[in-house]
Amino acid sequence: MFRNQYDTDVTTWSPAGRLFQVEYAMEAVKQGSAAIGLRSKSHVVLACVNKSSSELSSHQKKIFKVDDHIGVAISGLTADGRVLSRHMRNECINYFYSYESQLPVGRLVVQLADKAQVCTQRSWKRPYGVGLLVGGLDESGAHLYYNCPSGNYFEYQAFAIGSSVTGCKDILRAQDALFALRETLQGEKLTSSTCTIAVVGVGEAFHVLDQETVQALINEFEIAGEEAPADEAAAPDQAGDSESGATAADQLLQWTIPQQPHLSLQEPVNWPRTLLLHACFHGFLGTKKRAALVLHCKAPSINRERQPEE
Amino acid sequence: MTKQQANWSPYDNNGGTCVAVAGTDYCVIAADTRMSSGYNILTRDYSKIIQLADKSVLASSGFQADVRALQKVLAAKHLQYQHQHNKQMSCPAMAQLLSNTLYYKRFFPYYAFNVLGGLDHEGKGCVFTYDAVGSYERVGYSSQGSGSTLITPFLDNQLKSPSPLLLPARDAVTPLSESEAIDLVKTCFASATERDIYTGDKLEILVLNASGLRREYMELRKD
Repeated sequence: MFRNQYDTDVTTWSPAGRLFQVEYAMEAVKQGSAAIGLRSKSHVVLACVNKSSSELSSHQKKIFKVDDHIGVAISGLTADGRVLSRHMRNECINYFYSYESQLPVGRLVVQLADKAQVCTQRSWKRPYGVGLLVGGLDESGAHLYYNCPSGNYFEYQAFAIGSSVTGCKDILRAQDALFALRETLQGEKLTSSTCTIAVVGVGEAFHVLDQETVQALINEFEIAGEEAPADEAAAPDQAGDSESGATAADQLLQWTIPQQPHLSLQEPVNWPRTLLLHACFHGFLGTKKRAALVLHCKAPSINRERQPEE
Repeated sequence: MTKQQANWSPYDNNGGTCVAVAGTDYCVIAADTRMSSGYNILTRDYSKIIQLADKSVLASSGFQADVRALQKVLAAKHLQYQHQHNKQMSCPAMAQLLSNTLYYKRFFPYYAFNVLGGLDHEGKGCVFTYDAVGSYERVGYSSQGSGSTLITPFLDNQLKSPSPLLLPARDAVTPLSESEAIDLVKTCFASATERDIYTGDKLEILVLNASGLRREYMELRKD
């Protein structure tokens, strides 16, 4: 009831101490098409669903290269995302001009968050309607951050934003949970034209994978996905596809239980690049395939707000 | 009452010579590596050449602090271009950008004498030569810096066809082969080193062609 009285201005508080305009902006993020990010010690993978307004139109660009070592995937108002990406690019260029070294991801994210905060405290502005998954590599390792329209940011091991990801996030948030990335494309076929994937890692500048590479990965992945047992209850995370002789099997067989059974922010698991990419696909997979991949881990505080180290 | 004069200058001349020669499918860009100030040598191993894009290489003599600043500005602008257009800048585009950047500081110029070399849209070699405030022209070959007065007449003589003295220039580029052009450039510097005190130590040569970029070095007299 009160919501309607206090939601006109971003500079008006509600009696409950909320800024509804900011919350509405976060709602816009939830309405956007999905974007997923995962990271390991040495790589970060960003993936997003390509949604186009009609069959005849092209899809919007949702993954942007910000610098050789940083990329961003957005969900929400793509125009806002484009503008923020341009700002981030300029920040990286200016930093390099002054210091001849790459802008650490944590600093970029703070600057972005401060910029977003300004829009929550000016009556003539509105909050940015876009959530950004910022993935990058710097001296302190690989990082994945999520920037909110509210001006908050969090560091994540893995995160998903946009529509149809609530199942995904709930599972991520659960303590002692079997960590499973679930469907976002509700039954839609996963092909290289419906998703975009980008990678950044040690010795690998940020780049978007081209259609052929993505399709090849999907093919491998689907072969393995079919064979793997859909046993979530007591799933050890060994690849269950020794029957399939495909090369996919070899890659999946590399997925031994991580040395540390915990997925903590301090010690990200040393996942090989392919593992991350496959995990991404699981995020997209429909229920029909019964997302077989299950990464067994404790995820005690995956949503913890984290201050970047200076 | 005479006008008050400054008792210091914001500029210094660090000497050095740059040369570029354009061929049918290659471009040779060369510069010595000596950096001096007055009668002193500051270092024998300073590179005046930078690769700005896939197909653009800039060599600049003059005041190296301004040269370095100019290189950084161009590199940053190129990165912005790549983000916007999803591709590298072509050499003619870079040539125009350099001209605009220089003229932007028309009333406090970059003390840099530039030669831009690269490959154009057809893969042919191209060389652009500049003055300190951005006036530029596409030529078949060029020399800038302290040894330019010694080298240019020699190049005019040797590279007759692209020479503008034989008006109009019959060829835009030299018909020489890549190795012949490199030898010619080496000869130029060897001669300039003999008579110009600011040129010497080592010669850095960059060759741009369809297969990419190649670097070569040659020792020069150190006196």
